[in-house]
Amino acid sequence: MIRRSELIAFKTIVVKEIRRFRRIWPQTILPPMVTTALYFVIFGGLIGSRIGPMKGLSYMEYIVPGVIMLGIITNAYANVVSSFFGAKFQRFIEELLIAPVPNYMIVLGYVAGGMARGLTVGLMVTLVAVFFVDFEVHSWFITLSTALLTALLFAIGGFINAVYAKSFDDIAIIPTFVLTPLTYLGGIFFTVDMLPGFWQNVALFNPILYIINAFRYGLLGVSDIDVGVAFSIIGLFIILLFSFALYLLHKGVGVRA
Amino acid sequence: MKALEIEGLEKTYRNGFVALKGIDLSVEEGDFFALLGPNGAGKSTTIGIITSLVDKTGGSVRVFGADVSKDSMAARRCIGLVPQEFNFNQFEPVGEIITNQAGYYGVEPRIARERSEHYLRKLGLWEKRHGSARNLSGGMKRRLMIARALAHEPKLLILDEPTAGVDIELRRSMWSFLREVNAEGTTIILTTHYLEEAESLCRNIAIIDQGEIVENTSMRTLLTQLNRETLILDLKDPIESAPQLNDYSVVFIEPHTIEVEVWREQGLNPLFEALSRQNLEVISMRNKANRLEELFLAMVEGGEAVE
Repeated sequence: MIRRSELIAFKTIVVKEIRRFRRIWPQTILPPMVTTALYFVIFGGLIGSRIGPMKGLSYMEYIVPGVIMLGIITNAYANVVSSFFGAKFQRFIEELLIAPVPNYMIVLGYVAGGMARGLTVGLMVTLVAVFFVDFEVHSWFITLSTALLTALLFAIGGFINAVYAKSFDDIAIIPTFVLTPLTYLGGIFFTVDMLPGFWQNVALFNPILYIINAFRYGLLGVSDIDVGVAFSIIGLFIILLFSFALYLLHKGVGVRA
Repeated sequence: MKALEIEGLEKTYRNGFVALKGIDLSVEEGDFFALLGPNGAGKSTTIGIITSLVDKTGGSVRVFGADVSKDSMAARRCIGLVPQEFNFNQFEPVGEIITNQAGYYGVEPRIARERSEHYLRKLGLWEKRHGSARNLSGGMKRRLMIARALAHEPKLLILDEPTAGVDIELRRSMWSFLREVNAEGTTIILTTHYLEEAESLCRNIAIIDQGEIVENTSMRTLLTQLNRETLILDLKDPIESAPQLNDYSVVFIEPHTIEVEVWREQGLNPLFEALSRQNLEVISMRNKANRLEELFLAMVEGGEAVE
């Protein structure tokens, strides 16, 4: 049974994390909104008008779910990786390690903080999108649950990255060379039908493709992938990565001598 | 009740360095205890194991009866730590650092805010509560770490070099605060390089060297082991060379100052009588080195001050 003191500790971590990204909002909240506006102006407006409709939707409409998801994925990940690594680097992670806070509460606290930033950015990006394009939500349940689970998954990913990171370079490598390419190749700006046969099969190994398509289905009702398969994959990765993050903290990897 | 019981504690790091070679140590509840040793002796490793930051390789540690390995959460609840290095978020407001720490220990937010105010006021940081911690001076940062360690009102407070780099006036005000905390019932374990600090504050002492406890006794007992002291005497009238005093070794420092070695069995009266016979008037006297410092150096370097 969870003790009240543990819940207070969890809430303390989450509030601290939210205050952190709120305090530095010009670095955390504002840039994705500016980038999104540029995506809509350049890709949606200027280039999109020449591309024509996609899956029965205007190109501007089609890219909305992917652009929102890009904001959620990168910000949920970035928040945890930079915050937890910062705590290691300045050694204030020791404040938590010596306190009677179970490891799973530490992981959940940081992950919830990452989710808060990912979802805040997702909401802000959605507000920017609404300014450029009108759309009606196809399924609120699928839209919200995909957003929540995706933020959860990538916040856990950011935590694992931070545990292993020994320098600031280490917290930039995965987002730059793995996360961003997978997200861009995950069908933000195109449908997999546009890829040649071989690359269509390769694309199916990209988990972000499933996430973006599930979200697109929730928001617009169109998808390249079966939504059930997408949810199963997201759920499986969450269980695997969360267990791994707990194992790392239990072993004290990167934080304990 | 024992605040701390350490039995056969061993630590060997992955690179093969043996930091602790099976130490035994116990600290009574309410004590003000000094854990001294040269750099690399094993003090920080011991503190790391007590506070769950370092994994031991052998032995056992109990804090107020709770084993730090088997009942880690109960043990952690009892401990407050002031580490040697600044380890708070430099960008966080001072007040939030205290309330967050209390929150990690499950203290209700309202109580956490009250305690934050209490300790920040006590330590002269209340006016700085909204400012970022990085803007504090070195002494203020040290006090912030003490306030943070007290936020959950621990039964055992461990201070690792709490006054390093702090000026003497502030150091003495911190001593007075720590005496107050101890008098209110908190057991305190102190490591310091200022041996005057340990002598002034602590009732019991352990000296650790190369991973082993070389002395563990009361401060009073330890200081009685000091057989020889070097005194510096300031004279009223100038002299040209060191006076010849039977049985005392005298060194001329400058016309108004001499240095005299005094063995315990010799006492001071014969020294002053000998000086009077030579019409030398002493206007002030002080120890060349802190008494504990002399003992400490003898113990960790094998000198001759201790039998």
